[in-house]
Amino acid sequence: MTFQNQSMATGLSAAPAVEMLSAEKTYSNGTRALLPVDLSIAEGEFVTLLGPSGCGKSTLLKMVAGLLEPTDGRLLVWRKPVAHIDEAGRKTAFVFQAPTLMPWASVEANVRLPLDLAGIPRNEADDRVADALSLVGLDKFASVLPRALSGGMQMRVSIARGLVTQPDLLLMDEPFGALDEITRHKLDADLLDLWRKKKLTVIFVTHSIHEAIFLSSRVIMMAARPGRVVEQFFIDEPYPRTDDFIVSTQFSRHAKLLQGSLLRASSAQRELQP
Amino acid sequence: MNAIMQTIELPPKRVVPLLQRPGVQRIFYPALVGTVLISVWQGLVVGLELPAYLVPSPFLMLQTLITDWAMLGMALLSTLKVTLLAFVTATIVGVLISFLFVQSRRIETALFPYAVLLQVTPIVAVAPLVIIWIKNPTAAMTVCASLVALFPIISNTTLGLRSVDPDLQSYFKLNRATRWQQLLRLRVPSALPYFFGGLRISSGLSLIGAVVAEFVAGTGGSGAGLAYQILQAGFQLNIPRMFAALLLISLAGVALFALMAWLSKLALGSWHASETSHD
Repeated sequence: MTFQNQSMATGLSAAPAVEMLSAEKTYSNGTRALLPVDLSIAEGEFVTLLGPSGCGKSTLLKMVAGLLEPTDGRLLVWRKPVAHIDEAGRKTAFVFQAPTLMPWASVEANVRLPLDLAGIPRNEADDRVADALSLVGLDKFASVLPRALSGGMQMRVSIARGLVTQPDLLLMDEPFGALDEITRHKLDADLLDLWRKKKLTVIFVTHSIHEAIFLSSRVIMMAARPGRVVEQFFIDEPYPRTDDFIVSTQFSRHAKLLQGSLLRASSAQRELQP
Repeated sequence: MNAIMQTIELPPKRVVPLLQRPGVQRIFYPALVGTVLISVWQGLVVGLELPAYLVPSPFLMLQTLITDWAMLGMALLSTLKVTLLAFVTATIVGVLISFLFVQSRRIETALFPYAVLLQVTPIVAVAPLVIIWIKNPTAAMTVCASLVALFPIISNTTLGLRSVDPDLQSYFKLNRATRWQQLLRLRVPSALPYFFGGLRISSGLSLIGAVVAEFVAGTGGSGAGLAYQILQAGFQLNIPRMFAALLLISLAGVALFALMAWLSKLALGSWHASETSHD
């Protein structure tokens, strides 16, 4: 069943991980990056933000991460303002579009970085780094420098660095956008496994309709100029999702709906242009 | 913990033949060019019967170097002492000034024009003043040479400390890194390639600065450097000794450059694009 009504409740009984109450962002030069957004994301959800470029997907994600502050409205993560998440005893991890690794440091040292910054003792940190690396299949590359790895493997290191702090909320800003189709699909499938096994809440930014349907339980459609949320879709399909799901009729049905919505979101932006 | 993603295997190591190794090639080809050039020079001097007071042959130059070694060796040591003191001083002072500059844009904006002023004022014009002000000739010459070598360190290190991947910086902020952690773990490593670029330029400039300072100071006696020997040899029309001293200055410069290249490779070789092989 697909809901298109934006005001409809999420229908999930779990506690909210992220709540946005008329949260909006206007840059100091007057650009309205994001009109007020009302959005609630429950714990354990896999939510995808989808839309044309300039629709404020990354802005929204960076606000949840605390990298940007809303100019108006409220943004709560685990019912606390973002600046006070530490009090909730939970952790957020952010994965960038590029691997964003330190080129001078080994894979191991890169993954250990968030633990080092938090002042966690070396022997405990080393154990957790080893666990995170084996989780992404890179245990044999611990002492290698990032430049010796392929783009896909560097992205795995970036994910391992995100997981090593044992986060509850994983924010991913088009993490696989620069990878080839096959590598991207492999990492998508691996990410879904991680999400289910670790009971994570994931907010994932992409501009690929297929990636959004394959991964998420809910897709938030956004439009540009000014950036805003226009529609949302529930991808009400069971997990685990396999390659069979991609060629199923349900998948095509979701794709058609999202395609239409994305076209509307893109044309809405053209009307606003002079 | 069980692996969720599939484990990836390491690739096997490759063996490269001796003459195809970049390290061997880097020595072999320049040595070949040098041998050819010196042979041509020797051949021309002998063939055209050029007098030694115009152009000495490489062989005569080498001979002079050996016979005058007691004098020239001491002069080399003296010049090298000033060069290295100036280089170390310039590096320390330059790095400190760069750290000051990156603290705030306002400090940099206020002080940068004076760093440029320092750079564009010819040292030959300033040196007589410095030599009058500072009594000890070694200290005076060190100050002059440092002034020449300072600017590349300041500008390169400042640029490096500012050249941080903005996403990586966001990542540090997200993980609530302190200012100190950001400096040590992010800014300093990011600045290293630029810093070593600055060192390479400055090492050559310290030598140039030392030689210029010697010329201006004109100090003879036991502490006389190579520049003084060149001046003296010029007065006496002892052209082979002039060439021998010149050769020593050049070799000292090359050695300094090689030392800096080696240090740079040691620090950056494994990770930075400027130091990794391109084939």
